[in-house]
Amino acid sequence: MNAEAQTPIGDAWEPNILAFCCNWCSYAGADLAGVSRFQYPPTVKILRVMCSSRVEPAFILKALKDGADGVLVAGCHIGDCHYIDGNKNAEIRINNTKKALGKLGFDKRLRLEWISASEGLRFSEVIRDFTEEIKKLGQNPVKEVKK
Amino acid sequence: MSDIKGTDNKSAVPKDDEEKRVGVFVCECGVNIGGVVNTKAVAEYIGTLPGVKVTSVNKFTCSDSGQADIQSKIKEHKLNRVVVAACSPKTHEPTFRACIEEMGLNQYFLEFVNIRDHCSWIHMWEKEKATEKAKDLIRMGVERAKLLEPLQASEVPVTDKALVIGAGVAGMQSALDLADMGFHVYLVEKEPSIGGRMARFDKVFPTNDCSICILGPKMVEVARNKNIHIMSYSEVKAVDGYVGNFNVKIEHKPRYIDVAKCTGCAKCSEVCPVEVPYDFNEGLGTRKAIYVPFPQAVPLRALIDMDNCISCKACSKACESKAINYDMEPSYTDVNVGVIIGAVGFKTYDPEPRHDFGYGLYDNIITAMEFERLLNAAGPTGGHVVRPSDCKEPIRVGFVNCVGSRDKNTNIYCSGVCCMYTIKNAQLLKEKRPETDHTIMYIDIRTPFRGYEESYNRSRNLGVKFLRGRPVEVTEDPVTKNIKVRVEDTLTGEMRNLEFDLMVLATGIVPNEGIGQIQQLLKLSKAADGLLMEAHPKLKPVDTTIDGVFLAGCASGPKDIPYAVSQGSACAGRATIMLKNKKAITEGITAVVNPDVCVGCQVCLSMCPFQAIRMDEQGVKANVVKALCKGCGTCVAACPTGALEQSHFKNKQILAQVKNVFKFEEVAA
Repeated sequence: MNAEAQTPIGDAWEPNILAFCCNWCSYAGADLAGVSRFQYPPTVKILRVMCSSRVEPAFILKALKDGADGVLVAGCHIGDCHYIDGNKNAEIRINNTKKALGKLGFDKRLRLEWISASEGLRFSEVIRDFTEEIKKLGQNPVKEVKK
Repeated sequence: MSDIKGTDNKSAVPKDDEEKRVGVFVCECGVNIGGVVNTKAVAEYIGTLPGVKVTSVNKFTCSDSGQADIQSKIKEHKLNRVVVAACSPKTHEPTFRACIEEMGLNQYFLEFVNIRDHCSWIHMWEKEKATEKAKDLIRMGVERAKLLEPLQASEVPVTDKALVIGAGVAGMQSALDLADMGFHVYLVEKEPSIGGRMARFDKVFPTNDCSICILGPKMVEVARNKNIHIMSYSEVKAVDGYVGNFNVKIEHKPRYIDVAKCTGCAKCSEVCPVEVPYDFNEGLGTRKAIYVPFPQAVPLRALIDMDNCISCKACSKACESKAINYDMEPSYTDVNVGVIIGAVGFKTYDPEPRHDFGYGLYDNIITAMEFERLLNAAGPTGGHVVRPSDCKEPIRVGFVNCVGSRDKNTNIYCSGVCCMYTIKNAQLLKEKRPETDHTIMYIDIRTPFRGYEESYNRSRNLGVKFLRGRPVEVTEDPVTKNIKVRVEDTLTGEMRNLEFDLMVLATGIVPNEGIGQIQQLLKLSKAADGLLMEAHPKLKPVDTTIDGVFLAGCASGPKDIPYAVSQGSACAGRATIMLKNKKAITEGITAVVNPDVCVGCQVCLSMCPFQAIRMDEQGVKANVVKALCKGCGTCVAACPTGALEQSHFKNKQILAQVKNVFKFEEVAA
């Protein structure tokens, strides 16, 4: 098996997105999307962390290096953070990571979103939207290099 | 800190070099998962992963037989890590943690993978892709499970006092129940009197008993109860701490009256020359700048509305008990409580900004709350319903239901109470003045609870007319000021032109002012409609996702009085479990410092929102105070040397998942 066979390029190609979701808002928002049966493409896999501020740039870089086509970091809305202002730290960290990724042309593959526990619909919309955006960007070029 | 101890001493701590023996339990959740994901194929694939000793597929893993299967396989295969692939850990993690703990495994050796809410339910028509995704998700979980380390949950002592925010009927019920069980309750109310919205209603459906006559004694009971400390005209300003130990700062707004001296005689009001619209009467009639909120107010004490006071000092001369103090400042009280009940109530939808159905444009259109005050014998007209344009008693009265409810332009939800209160209002006026003629324009009539349908039938028998349709055009006769309505009777398809002397809008329930502030202070979730979210809509209707915080009444959605009272009692019951046990269990997930790696740069100290990190005595290494640490991991991500780790979410555990998200990794490696 090779990478190409698994992720064929063309119409059928679907991106692979890793989503870091905070336990309190975004993970619960994804749960609500499920309970409400809001369908979205099977492009995303959710990794639960307690707070969006736990996400280190190293995790994002590792995911992109391993071939993730996109990385989403999702937390509570500003002001709603379970840990007072963890999401503000996440915002600074993710924006800095984005800047660094910009130099490599990878910045659009990283996204930060605030999704509350009640925003199941929004969760599904974010995934749809991000999936479309990544589709436009195409496959993570790292895969080509690795081949 | 010394009274915080581990609860689970029975599980042995395995050595790191112990062989990891993983069991994976795939749940079909009936057809919820099994109908989409090919669970057999998933189990077969997962069985090939290194370290996985056994896989099992169950119809319902959470059932007795499902849990028994886990327990027997732990024994049979000497499993030391368990992966459950099922629904959401938010609801079911505690179940399976207890299940494996019974077998002597540390509860943190469970990894929960969500293949329902995050897979089968949202990829219902992409069965193959959903199956592939489930494989990926579980593979991530297996790799993480192998790296899980034992942790001890902590027990924290619980202060046996409660805070109830909001002294409407729901909050009062919580306070009374808790007080009667022997716990001290701080009851905080932002208005100058307790009682809430119910104190303003005239009569309450379906039995049409006088609202203040049944509420008044309850208010007095609250005031008399030695265990209840009422803090009226006060607001919660800061909340700190965690379950069992909340530190709350309460602001007491200045009344400019010494409540210890004031007798509530209202002689001050008699001499006050300033008249302003009376808020208690929905702005109908007037009150003075110094006033007692309403005749049954608790506490029955005056206050000065400083925005309108002209400082003539007439009241000061009239006050025999010398209770007036114009220089009063806000004061503050800090309280320590174990639990918090949020009963922050609602307000009614305001049709003024959008001029719904002509409200605010034409004099003779009023809201149901205004109608309620007009009906009330203690109201501005002494119980005579009159129309605002000429103060004449109306004959033809129209009611429009669902104003600010069931409308995508305002609120999509049904407020639940408007059908009933409109039916009641029409009944009351019809009984008072049988010559009146009433037409209720509705979308659907909803009368779901005991006595409601009977009340509806009673209205029909009294001659109240029901017309299924919403006004499409509302105009005013410039001479008579009558309201002219064009409305389609959707049952007959006929367009009707009606004329009313007075029209009443059944405005719905919307989130109360200040609900956003309470939400942020208590760290609760707010739904898209602005109302607060409960922990589970069916099974935990008064709990929240924050341990020790409960919700009663309309804060979490429209409710009628019996429902709000039941929730008040329910909150008291839920809270008592913690207060009586005197302890609460908190997560064992915290930050941990590796002193060998820490260089004492103190970056983490500035990151921690809870001031849980201190320097050690020598001031060279960071130290985490476990009782204060809430385990967010902010400091861990900030640590430049990697000396900080978040237990249960260690770098290696997260990276194991990251590495296994994509099969690409296998290819590349």
